[in-house]
Amino acid sequence: MTKNPRTLYQKIWDAHVVDTRDDGTSLIYIDRHLVHEVTSPQAFEGLRAAGRKVRRPDLTLAVPDHNLPTTARKDAAGHVLPIADPESATQLAALRKNAPEFGIRYIDATDREQGILHVVGPEQGFSLPGATIVCGDSHTACHGGVGALAFGIGTTEVEHVLATQTLLLKQSKTMEVRVEGKLGAGVTPKDVILHVIGVIGTAGGTGHVIEYRGNVFEEMSVEGRLTVCNMSIEGGARAGLVAPDETTFAYLKGRPYAPTGEDWDKAVAWWKSLATDEGATFDKSVAIRAEDIQPTVTWGTSPEDTSAIGGVVPAPEDFADPSKREAVKVSLEYMGLTPGTRLTDVEVQNVFIGSCTNSRIEDIRAACEVLKGRHKAAGVKWAIVVPGSGLVKEQAEAEGLDKIIIEAGLEWREPGCSACLAMNPDKVPAGERCASTSNRNFTGRQGPGSRTHLMSPAMAAAAAVTGKLTDVRELVG
Amino acid sequence: MEAINHVAGRAIPFGRKNVDTDVIIPAHWLKTITREGLGKGAFEAVKKEPDNVFTDPEYAGAPILIAGDNFGCGSSREHAAWALLDMGVKCVIAPSFSDIFSGNAFKNGILTVALPQEAIDRLMEVAKSDPIDIDLETQSVTTPFQDRFSFEIDPFRKHCLENGLDEVGLTMAQDAAISAHEAKAKAELPFLARTLATAA
Repeated sequence: MTKNPRTLYQKIWDAHVVDTRDDGTSLIYIDRHLVHEVTSPQAFEGLRAAGRKVRRPDLTLAVPDHNLPTTARKDAAGHVLPIADPESATQLAALRKNAPEFGIRYIDATDREQGILHVVGPEQGFSLPGATIVCGDSHTACHGGVGALAFGIGTTEVEHVLATQTLLLKQSKTMEVRVEGKLGAGVTPKDVILHVIGVIGTAGGTGHVIEYRGNVFEEMSVEGRLTVCNMSIEGGARAGLVAPDETTFAYLKGRPYAPTGEDWDKAVAWWKSLATDEGATFDKSVAIRAEDIQPTVTWGTSPEDTSAIGGVVPAPEDFADPSKREAVKVSLEYMGLTPGTRLTDVEVQNVFIGSCTNSRIEDIRAACEVLKGRHKAAGVKWAIVVPGSGLVKEQAEAEGLDKIIIEAGLEWREPGCSACLAMNPDKVPAGERCASTSNRNFTGRQGPGSRTHLMSPAMAAAAAVTGKLTDVRELVG
Repeated sequence: MEAINHVAGRAIPFGRKNVDTDVIIPAHWLKTITREGLGKGAFEAVKKEPDNVFTDPEYAGAPILIAGDNFGCGSSREHAAWALLDMGVKCVIAPSFSDIFSGNAFKNGILTVALPQEAIDRLMEVAKSDPIDIDLETQSVTTPFQDRFSFEIDPFRKHCLENGLDEVGLTMAQDAAISAHEAKAKAELPFLARTLATAA
């Protein structure tokens, strides 16, 4: 093994190389594979057609999340309720059948551990530092929050991993995003990552794996790091990660699939050795001052269209690049926004608190801090809080957070991907706005014609009680 | 997988930048359990715009698509590649592609050709009236007007595309190397090799 200083990413990569070809492509071993109902049916179909088996069903975990309605899953008598949408029902039934047929552990929609894969993985200790983790979903980057090398793959790659437990990859370039200083009050991990994407753009990390460095990430909880890494893909990077440290170890210890006893000690020793070596260099570096980050929202249809909440809707002419100018014009038209409008004057009719980006216990707590003792504004027609997993739901209920949510006039739902992506009944009507804690504000993302403003859970809660995009610092001091 | 050596014919001059996979195939088309029939949903929102290139009969069945920077960004859905294939597209030309999309395209036998913006501008012009020719062997894009643009392609990808090779089968042939890695990992990093079966 080389003695040259290496980055965290390079160390994880090196530990997983099965074979390297002359052209620089490597066969990389995959330690953990998460499977859901949307991107797996055609992979299982391919295996079956070729008479192939799953090589390591014991390293694979299947959980339905994208298509599930977030309303009650059983009736009062405890009978499982049918899924109304026939296509969703077909995909969900395919996973329920395929997983056991290929010997894969399956968590059902009615099990208490069910949830969004990117919440379930870390929560179960399935996602570990230094591991390579894949899933047929681009937000797999999320698991980088525990120091794993995690990235999204397409269905053919899902089939490849199922059959061989490996992937053919080219090593990515390395990128450092360093945030140092002191975050202001009301500035959360979501604001940090939205700000970062605003700075680097949606193609800023293309071809790179991002390592988030600096005291801001070191002092962040694992939940916060998961939020940050989750949106790496919105900055163009296939993966993003934070070096595992004592905070990570404390988070993982005792979780169902985390190592125990002697294995644990061995694991911690190895995990500690993964940190980027002194003197290692990155292909690209971006440095941001924590003090420059404000509570942030998006105004357009690209995650790079961010602004501090105190700002105004920009004009196409504000952008130098002619193609971006054109994109802004189209996007403002779609969003129904006029340049120069103060963001805090923009009214919202819907609020969505949830998604793999922001549905962990800390997110629910942050929303409740704002919701407590307040009520949903009259102009807000639909406001839902969707926990990331059954265990997050139990924890929140144990803390009485469900009561705060319901008393504030919001709905408290069952775990799933929900209104993040319009694949289940939770959708935003055409022409209406949604203050959303999800990760994408693309055209039609939350339903045809829906208008998404991305923000943190605290900011979404603030929008719920005022009916407008709101600076949360005015509500919580 | 179908082998691909040469793509010739009309090209759809789309040209838009940052085309995400939600634009290529919206989420509500993802609810299939097979790979066919997604062409109907391809660029669904764009098709509703006035004077769009996707409903223009001039380009019906064109095997080439020309787009702007960062084509295929966003969601990892492979349905984007299947949708393009289903609408008859065998080659996409753009200044750059998202990593995940270009991987998905390759695995489905779609050739992605990255060319500088000036070349794209020229090809957009030609595409309005004339065919374009892409030759994988010589790694070149040519027009009836003597334009010639060379492109780079990873040699392994080129080999697979030219021979229509199935990647899963190729990797399964490396079973000995994979097993050796597993044995080594079990000894050195037992906590990673530890399985769900033993943990449950």
